[in-house]
Amino acid sequence: MELFTNQVLAGIATGAIYACMALAVVMIYQAIDHLNFAQGEMAMFSTFISWQLMQWGVPYWAAFVITLAFSFVAGIAIERILFKPLVKAPVLTNVAGFIALYAIINSSAGLIWDFTIKQYPTPFGSSPFLGSQLISTHQAGMIGVTVLLLLGLYFFFQYTRIGLAMRAAASVPESARLVGINTSWMIALGWGMATAIGAIAGMLIAPVVFLEPNMMGGVLIYGFAAAVLGGLTSPFGAVVGGFLVGVFENLAGTYIPGVGNELKLPIALALIISVLVVKPAGLFGRQIVKRV
Amino acid sequence: MTTLLNVKDLRAYYGQVQALHGLSFSLNEGSLTTLLGANGAGKTTTLRAICNMVRSSGAVEFDGKPLNNRSTESIVRFGIAHVPQGRGTFTTMTVEENLQLGAITRKDSAGIVADIERMYAHFPVLKQRHTQQAGTLSGGEQQMLAVARALMLRPRLMLLDEPSFGLAPLVVRDLFGILGKINREDKVSILVVEQNAQLALELADQAYVIETGRIVMSGNAKDIANNEEIRKSYLGY
Repeated sequence: MELFTNQVLAGIATGAIYACMALAVVMIYQAIDHLNFAQGEMAMFSTFISWQLMQWGVPYWAAFVITLAFSFVAGIAIERILFKPLVKAPVLTNVAGFIALYAIINSSAGLIWDFTIKQYPTPFGSSPFLGSQLISTHQAGMIGVTVLLLLGLYFFFQYTRIGLAMRAAASVPESARLVGINTSWMIALGWGMATAIGAIAGMLIAPVVFLEPNMMGGVLIYGFAAAVLGGLTSPFGAVVGGFLVGVFENLAGTYIPGVGNELKLPIALALIISVLVVKPAGLFGRQIVKRV
Repeated sequence: MTTLLNVKDLRAYYGQVQALHGLSFSLNEGSLTTLLGANGAGKTTTLRAICNMVRSSGAVEFDGKPLNNRSTESIVRFGIAHVPQGRGTFTTMTVEENLQLGAITRKDSAGIVADIERMYAHFPVLKQRHTQQAGTLSGGEQQMLAVARALMLRPRLMLLDEPSFGLAPLVVRDLFGILGKINREDKVSILVVEQNAQLALELADQAYVIETGRIVMSGNAKDIANNEEIRKSYLGY
């Protein structure tokens, strides 16, 4: 029983990271109708920025905040420079754009910081949380930061005018323009926020997976699985999906014989395919009906 | 009377297809003007061209200022509220959020709160449903919401694209009554595009008839309504 509780709690902790990645993916998907394959690499690059700052002696939380600001601006810049010109381009052109972005960021990180694995600090420590053997303080910190982030985002989208404008721009762009919302900038803002959310995920998971240019590869696939499970049209669904995938991954690794650590990733892919076959809209997504 | 909206030689294109062929008309401050015409005559395109939602050439002047080459969202800031065909409801948001979005360019938060209450007084059904998702409203209620959303801008000019579309005759009467009241009491100039010519002519003071992207008739709404020849050949009743 203790093994079970332990695996569930650990699953919730990594699930928090998947939830952040899924949320970042869904925010961009809502804004431009494309999956951002480079979301993980963007998060990785942000994490390297924070690491570099700490190498230069900046304290953890200061580096954390500076990295968020950097990521926000960088996300907006990427949208303005690369994806705004592609607004009316076909899907495959956009996919090529994302893959290019993936390759560019991945190689740049390798070039600047090389491909060796680096230790990444945690501000929470890694002792048992509240004296319990079930979960470490870092895992508790991952959950705590994510919950704070989600509450903040909920407040932002529900109770601020700019949040309202962003939701309107994502749901009915033409009407949004007709009430005077600059939808193009709302998309850029969405990119900035998604990039900052990804940066939080990267900085929280880095002490667990260690820092290196390919650290987010697996994490992003889980993020995609979470987004698909929860529904690509539902930010709330993406978050729930993130936690579910985290728990599911851990339980499958522990209890299904032969899965272990090696086959955890195929489980995420199997999950994506199962959801797409059985319930394509995901748990909380809207069925998109298109007129043909 | 001063001219509020002046459209000169307006041409609009969808890809290679030209939909408007040099259309000119004007609208006086405080007037309720209607654009009539059959399906495909270019009524909707005219409204869309005014708000720069379609590729167009020609001159559009609002209160003496040119609107050409301005983005749709910046044209709204002149005080032009456009209720598009199909009402443009934010269906996944609540009724109240829809109203707030109508005022998203305004900065006076106290005024916005007061105006939401004013809309609830105009349209009591919206108050009853203010926390409901707008997509769950009936067609008539959604049209009321669309008009209320447009009024939240405190517009000087309201563009309405077929407000009667898909509504029961009684609901249409109601709605047109409200539009007349808004025009008289709130001093909002209105340009309404309609297929229901009879009703639109009762309500409007000025009327223009469009056929295949050109104005073919213009004048006082009463005169046009009383001219049997025009009615028969262009308005079909």
